[in-house]
Amino acid sequence: MTVTIFVPRDAAALAVGADRVAKAIEKEIAARGIDARVVRNGSRGMLWLEPLVEVRTDHGRIAYGPVKPSDVVSLFDAGFLNGSAHPLCHGPTQDIPYYASQTRLTFSRCGVTDPLSIEDYRQYRGLTGLEKAIAMTPADIVKEVTDSGLRGRGGAGFPTGIKWKTVMDAAGPQKYIVCNADEGDSATFADRMIMEGDPFVLIEGMAIAGIATGATKGYVYIRSEYPHAIAIMDEAIRLARAEKILGPSVLGSAYAFDMEVRSGAGAYVCGEETSLLNSLEGKRGIVRAKPPLPALQGFLGRPTVVNNVMSLASIPVILDRGAAFYKDFGMGRSRGTIPIQIAGNVKHGGLYEIAFGLTLGQIVNEIGGGTASGRPVKAVQVGGPLGAYFPVSLFDTPFDYEAFAAKDGLIGHAGITVFDDTVDMLKQARFAMEFCAIESCGKCTPCRIGSTRGVETADKIAQGIELEKNKALLADLCNTMKFGSLCALGGFTPYPVMSAMNHFPNDFSPAPMVEAAE
Amino acid sequence: MNLHVSSRDIGERTLSIIGELKALEGPLLPILHEIQAEFGYVPQEALPIIARELNLSRAEVHGVVSFYHDYRDHPTGRHVLKLCRAEACQSMGGDALAERVKALLGIDFHQTTLDGAVTLEPVYCLGLCSTAPAAMLDGEVHGRLDADAVKDLVAEVRA
Repeated sequence: MTVTIFVPRDAAALAVGADRVAKAIEKEIAARGIDARVVRNGSRGMLWLEPLVEVRTDHGRIAYGPVKPSDVVSLFDAGFLNGSAHPLCHGPTQDIPYYASQTRLTFSRCGVTDPLSIEDYRQYRGLTGLEKAIAMTPADIVKEVTDSGLRGRGGAGFPTGIKWKTVMDAAGPQKYIVCNADEGDSATFADRMIMEGDPFVLIEGMAIAGIATGATKGYVYIRSEYPHAIAIMDEAIRLARAEKILGPSVLGSAYAFDMEVRSGAGAYVCGEETSLLNSLEGKRGIVRAKPPLPALQGFLGRPTVVNNVMSLASIPVILDRGAAFYKDFGMGRSRGTIPIQIAGNVKHGGLYEIAFGLTLGQIVNEIGGGTASGRPVKAVQVGGPLGAYFPVSLFDTPFDYEAFAAKDGLIGHAGITVFDDTVDMLKQARFAMEFCAIESCGKCTPCRIGSTRGVETADKIAQGIELEKNKALLADLCNTMKFGSLCALGGFTPYPVMSAMNHFPNDFSPAPMVEAAE
Repeated sequence: MNLHVSSRDIGERTLSIIGELKALEGPLLPILHEIQAEFGYVPQEALPIIARELNLSRAEVHGVVSFYHDYRDHPTGRHVLKLCRAEACQSMGGDALAERVKALLGIDFHQTTLDGAVTLEPVYCLGLCSTAPAAMLDGEVHGRLDADAVKDLVAEVRA
């Protein structure tokens, strides 16, 4: 029987040599005349083990990692095709504690299947959500999504079902589903991973959204920094069209839905939905004032659902298993699961999907295993460049939209960057302002000018110039940006700046400059 | 990439790209991406042609080209090395690594080495935040970079 070997094609695996490992394995297969094939799967999300090679055996899939090309011969010699022991062996992938302790709903297939095999997709419950949706009325689909408690996973946390209902009720000759795959926040890669590892789930989610709201055309706006995701989504859409999952008759139904990929052009602000719509229309990615809501006047002025990749990729499982099943996970008003991305200076970095409610400390120390450097954790930034820096003293904060808001932070796209005690928080605050200055679309003065003034003020603080006055000025700038900006770029840049200043005051009180002794 | 393209060639190739993509909803970004893929940058000569064909003003087209970080108004070196400068890479020593690369190449961000071998650009997140620090060389991704790895990358582009 042909042995199946899995070597991920996820960009994170490629970045650490997965292609070279796959090539070395192919070479050994040929040299030894073995009946085996290599499948390029998505990533299981245990990124510190990448490239994570798996072999399908009678005892399930056995994991080996991180594998270097130079390890390949010894793997074959050790008999890894039978799942034999080797210093890199972790036993069955399913039983690795990091993986076994997750609740994988959205990412159930990611890393398991060949991302471009519709056969694999169907075998692992793919398309059952869409089939059920086709048999329902649009209003019932929307109700199911509303009842699931799903909130926008892009960061804003707006209830997805309510957004869909607005578009469903809106009249218009043409409505659109726009998927926001402009995942620009540092520490986030869940969108990239699902597009590279299970693209059909996004296609299925968008098709369901189209049927529910009466939209027949969809766009996936993917940032240009993700060429691998763009290529896989393009190919998956082509395959879905050939299988009649997309097209004039979705799975043989009376519903039409088709979609295409659009590439961004390196502007962070286009992750904001109205600026994304302008970009999609071929304009500068300038933020639009709301109202009108994109749900009523979105792409080309027509009713448009703009949802994050994670929101849309969570739809198939909700339709498949039912709203009650999904809602059963989570806490408070944060229902379902959230793919937490653990990144930066952390031992076990990767993607960890779990119900809302773990504390930040559990995520960083128990799941993440503490810092990679082995030094103490000093700060953890949650929610990307617009998210607050949390000190260890706030590690008891549960992962929940409201709990984070109560601590002047945000979950955002659920990315977490861990910093050890070598980090200079004044430098991080300055970077937040610098990033805002580089990426501001320019529409709102507090964001456009305030960010540049913020960089200058942080520099003055670093030089010890009129400390108290400049700290007060930085706080004042933050206040103006927070309340005087239309979108989250100017509005949320104050989170990292103020949290750095409030939680790490020592870094903002440099010793007064001493004249260099000649 | 042919760096010596005549204005007439630019005009003809721009027109043919526009012809292929004009029917899209919101065709300007796809057109600009294709033009940059064709020439390696967006030539000034292409802008009035795009404006005319899409019934836009030249100012509008210029505004879009200059808004997005991706579009360049001049050719790059033979290789483009993008170093991630975002927080996750910072937490793993990305800043020091960037300084090292700059010193090895003798250039700053947004510059090209005198021999035309490589252009160095900053990028804010490649989504490789758990395998930081990360870089992209001509579209190929590299993670867990350290001093030796960047030395190899630099040697590769210099070869």
